[in-house]
Amino acid sequence: MRNAILDTSKDGMLESIKGFLKGLLEKELVNAVLVPVELPSGNNVVQTLVSNPEKLDAANPLAPVLPVNSARIISSITRTGSSQRKIAVVLRSCELRAVIELAKLKQVTLDNLLIIGIDCYGTYSINDYSNLAEEGKSPTDNALGNIKDGKEDELLREACQVCEYPAPLMTDLTIGMLGQDLGKELVLIARTEKGEELLEGLGLAAEDKSDAATKRETAVAKLLDKMKGIREKFFEQTKEEIGGADKLAAVFGPCIKCQNCRMACPVCYCRECFFVSPTFELEAEKYLGAAEKKGAMRMPTDTLLFHLTRMTHMAASCIGCGACEEACPNDIPLLKIFQLTGTNVQKLFNYIPGRSLDDELPPTAFKEDELEWIGEK
Amino acid sequence: MSDKYDPVIVGFFCNWCTSTAADLAGTSRMQYPANVRAIRTMCSGSVDPVYILRALLSGADAVIVGGCAPGDCHYVSGNYKTRRRIKALKTILNTLGLDDERVWLRWISASEGGKFAETMKEITEEMEKKGPNPLNKQWTV
Repeated sequence: MRNAILDTSKDGMLESIKGFLKGLLEKELVNAVLVPVELPSGNNVVQTLVSNPEKLDAANPLAPVLPVNSARIISSITRTGSSQRKIAVVLRSCELRAVIELAKLKQVTLDNLLIIGIDCYGTYSINDYSNLAEEGKSPTDNALGNIKDGKEDELLREACQVCEYPAPLMTDLTIGMLGQDLGKELVLIARTEKGEELLEGLGLAAEDKSDAATKRETAVAKLLDKMKGIREKFFEQTKEEIGGADKLAAVFGPCIKCQNCRMACPVCYCRECFFVSPTFELEAEKYLGAAEKKGAMRMPTDTLLFHLTRMTHMAASCIGCGACEEACPNDIPLLKIFQLTGTNVQKLFNYIPGRSLDDELPPTAFKEDELEWIGEK
Repeated sequence: MSDKYDPVIVGFFCNWCTSTAADLAGTSRMQYPANVRAIRTMCSGSVDPVYILRALLSGADAVIVGGCAPGDCHYVSGNYKTRRRIKALKTILNTLGLDDERVWLRWISASEGGKFAETMKEITEEMEKKGPNPLNKQWTV
């Protein structure tokens, strides 16, 4: 693990990171960079595939917003195979974990991708982000200001408030901010050969494990420790709020079965969803028959079935990015429900989504000697 | 429709074992309650949780999945996947405060007609004790 220091004292953090990314394109270490870029309107940033270094002027990987979990974007770029040319992708931890899950599902090809992970302090909802921007305040400055002052950021999405992975896991190169004196420097940590080649190519003096990297590790460990208690409380509360048939029916009451959550979820992996299949296009007689069973039937039908089925399919891979909740037009608290069930299923199989390519997906893997008591009395 | 509670149980039975055991129970004239609605599947591993959930949400009082004993799957490993899937489903139901004991998984081989009849008796009695599925009254799910 070689690492290098990126001096931020002269130009500031954002400009320094942009300079680093521009270097990658200018020195032709990569052919394109996938990175969040600010829209000219200023009210949102979008993931953008950039091939011309000049276009990186508006790049802003620090913007505290996650409009789309980029795993979906990387899947659309590489699903049918990777390009011969190299793409550097700048990802937050939750995006990267989803990318790893999709790679296991053969919906992402990792060849010729250079994964640059960036430490994440959390994100705002798209609405909060654009509201701030429209008030003339820079959301990025707002977020960085809070970090500098050590203040809790009230605008953070719930997913980010309970996130255990501020530090990305499976990167080639990590842009490390945690535990650093941000006005002075950042640490670039190469974790693979590919990452080391980047540092070399940019002519950055690399050393074996610097003090900065050690400081970052300590900061990450401290954050994780703090998060344990927070998550426990969060899960207890959630269980209280949603437990039982009545509460569950109430929580999912506002669902209009638009299926936005499914579209936004980076790990909802079926290419064709069962719920848009003809199975659910019934004849009039069938609808009437179904209505007669309970005397009345909610339309559109099968809203709870949809959510529970989605849960049984992707709970093991749920990385807790909260994209589902962001996409919900009726503010159903999907993140907490899916995080609670997801975490319990993951515990069952001792599985952490996005941790490693070697961990097999729980629904496809099995051991002969496990869960023996189930199936027998 | 009579008011007396008579459990409705949906069974998904593997073609190679439990379905054959059901036939054996029948041809041997074994008696068991007629509460189970049997559905033959090619493997217990082909029973997606969506079918189980749909039965429960539509008001079935229990679902039983019958497969070949571990090591005996006609398709080598289908039942190991069933086992993981059912356990995950039960974990989810339990987490959400729904009754996971309404989902049963049992290994019943083709020669075990007696065990089939016994198991159907057992699940029917258990569900009679438990009472109706509360989701049966929820028209909103």
